[in-house]
Amino acid sequence: MKTIAVSATEKSLDSPVDLRFGRAKYFVIVDPETMDWEALDNAPNINAAHGAGIQAARLVAENRVKTVLTGNCGPNAFETLQAAGIQVATNVNSTVRQAIERFKRGEISFAQSSNVQKHWS
Amino acid sequence: MKIAIASGKGGTGKTTLAVNLAAALGNQAQLLDCDVEEPNVHLFLPLVQGQKETISAPVPEVDLDRCNFCGACGQICQFSAIVPLEQTVLIFPEMCHSCGGCYLVCEPGALRERGRELGMIDRGLSQEGVHGVYGRLRVGEAMAPPLIRAVKARMDLSRTVIIDAPPGTSCPVIAAMKGADYVVLVTEPTPFGFHDLKLAVETVRTMKLPMGVVINRSDIGTAEVKNYCAREAIPVLLSLPYSRPVAEAYSRGQLLVKEIPGFKEQMLALFEQISGGRQGS
Repeated sequence: MKTIAVSATEKSLDSPVDLRFGRAKYFVIVDPETMDWEALDNAPNINAAHGAGIQAARLVAENRVKTVLTGNCGPNAFETLQAAGIQVATNVNSTVRQAIERFKRGEISFAQSSNVQKHWS
Repeated sequence: MKIAIASGKGGTGKTTLAVNLAAALGNQAQLLDCDVEEPNVHLFLPLVQGQKETISAPVPEVDLDRCNFCGACGQICQFSAIVPLEQTVLIFPEMCHSCGGCYLVCEPGALRERGRELGMIDRGLSQEGVHGVYGRLRVGEAMAPPLIRAVKARMDLSRTVIIDAPPGTSCPVIAAMKGADYVVLVTEPTPFGFHDLKLAVETVRTMKLPMGVVINRSDIGTAEVKNYCAREAIPVLLSLPYSRPVAEAYSRGQLLVKEIPGFKEQMLALFEQISGGRQGS
């Protein structure tokens, strides 16, 4: 089961984590057991005038992800992810693969709230 | 007649012109403060007899017992204000533009309207007899146009309506200028003032409204603004040179029509040009 979504700048396990959640280029979704992965294109949200975080959260929720690893996550995205029952780790700034490995070793702590402020278009 | 006072650049003297034009006209004038994000008109023309109203906009509220989680509301919403998830529906009131689409597509009728406070409107009379309608956006509210429309809905067309518009060329400015019979663009002859004047002129032209320009602090900067207006056949209605007594009176919140000799006559002549000639481009 591909249960972890990592925001990524490239479609690869060795991509750097995209520090932006809502306007991330891709989400690499990974099965932590098999390291099987695929990339979700977040293109429609990158240039959205507003609501990028909310829509990105919806996109990962629709893909039945349970965990999100990312750099920055704003309040609307965080609230949407929480409502969808998805745990979020912020301030992750390695590659996708390293982030998954840290997650598997239990080294990732999960956020209780968003780590960046709301932005207005 | 409805006259909107606008500008591209902020701080050119829109509010100063609007309050003094209104004060010169006195009881004949109704002044709308549509710069609801930074309303300043009340500093110069406080309302002595006034009433306050709270203005709100409808936003959806969901009854999860009736929701069938079909997702139609999330598809029609263009602003991510309503987000159907597998077991719940999230609503972000501050993203909602109150279009009403979600209620229409909700087959089980699980959505109902509630109000989100946009801000306040103060209405009343100033000491000079000016009828004031002053909008003030709630701190934290991002959407000015619905409140601006509420201010304008209180227009009294039997009077000369003067609209103090916000600066810039974005949605709140359009909302304030829409439907005006004439737009006065206040500018200053600096590179920044000139740059933003051109943007404002393009906006007013797109809206097909007659306009004229008032050049404030006309003796500073360059001749670019004047030359541009001549080239584009936009009438320069008034040029006001920099004046220390004007700046001092302004900084005390005083009316120039009271403090500066001849200012009231200048305002009345400006009104005559706008209403009599209806000249514009």
